[in-house]
Amino acid sequence: MADDKDVLRDVWFGRIPACFTLNQDEETEREAEPYYLLLPRVSYLTLVTDKVKKHFLRVMRAEDVGEMWFEYEGTPLKWHYPIGVLFDLHASNSILPWSITVHFKNFPGQDLLHCMSSSVVEAHFMSSIKEADALKHKSQVVNDMQKKDHKQLWMGLQNDKFEQFWAMNRKLMEYPTEEAGFRYIPFRIYQVNGTHTSTPLILESSQGTEKRYQVVIHGIEPLMETPLQWLSEHLSHPDNFLHICVVPAPSD
Amino acid sequence: MNPKEVETGRRIASSRSGGWQPKVRPSTKMSDNAESPNEPQKEELHSPPEESMANEEKKKIDVLLKAVGDTPIMKTKKWAVDRSRTVQSLSQFISRFLKLDANEQLFIYVNQSFAPSPDQEVGVLFDCFGSDSKLVLHYCKSQAWG
Repeated sequence: MADDKDVLRDVWFGRIPACFTLNQDEETEREAEPYYLLLPRVSYLTLVTDKVKKHFLRVMRAEDVGEMWFEYEGTPLKWHYPIGVLFDLHASNSILPWSITVHFKNFPGQDLLHCMSSSVVEAHFMSSIKEADALKHKSQVVNDMQKKDHKQLWMGLQNDKFEQFWAMNRKLMEYPTEEAGFRYIPFRIYQVNGTHTSTPLILESSQGTEKRYQVVIHGIEPLMETPLQWLSEHLSHPDNFLHICVVPAPSD
Repeated sequence: MNPKEVETGRRIASSRSGGWQPKVRPSTKMSDNAESPNEPQKEELHSPPEESMANEEKKKIDVLLKAVGDTPIMKTKKWAVDRSRTVQSLSQFISRFLKLDANEQLFIYVNQSFAPSPDQEVGVLFDCFGSDSKLVLHYCKSQAWG
């Protein structure tokens, strides 16, 4: 169905304009100019910010530079959540560009996982795909793939190659014709006050009362009657999980 | 790529067939701080299944820890673990228990296939990937699977 294929493309090419500014407490030799970037929603912060790092290192002395990390309005941003999830969860009501603060010291090891190279992102990404396929196909599809097929998924994400990624990922989205869909739908739900969870959540019915929460995937509110199987096939992130944010409804 | 798993002692779990069977050995309670292996282990008997639905019991799940390759085995393999405990904290516990050096890494695997993210809670993993009322986790000092 041509229309639905377009959804995959729209999801893949979703972008968030962001403005990176250096934390005021960092030692610099000159004033650090902000750095602007269009962030892919489906990627990871530590995968797409090499240029940001290079930009700020130019005004810093090497001995003042520790592991880079990001913060939005006091909240350290977890690089292992997809960028779109971080935005929907923490900043969906903020004005654009999204203002992200860059730090090079006082790494908050309690809140963030370390990420010294893109191989850490790769390991996280591939593990998520395997976890998802364990739920969808008892790991059969991902285990039938070869090492180079796994690499193709990763390189597709790393280099922002939609066709390369989906040529392989569509295999992960198939299911036997005699079945109605995947065995289980891989999803994670995020709320601001807690960590992600895969346990059921009961949303209060909005009928008659003012809506208090919004269910957001890729920045949009899907209709509540959308079949989960369709959501999983079309709105999953490249890691094959549906990432669902439950955020307070804007009061306007 | 996949190294052969070294079988680490007799199986404790009951088989899938035949319904409920008593455990050969009770689960050991996992404290928040890793106990030194020299201290006597506090054994905690599990209640029978009916009572195990009591509130306090539901907060804990049974985790079976298996070593892979040349990683040292743990004498006690079955542990009662708080559902809210993270993979990271479980990994730290095992590292301390095995007295690994600070620079030695420890990888934890579910289903002998994927390494769950360190911030995942074991309770969620149990719900998704547990079988026979327990969660089997493999641990390894080097990357074993993918």
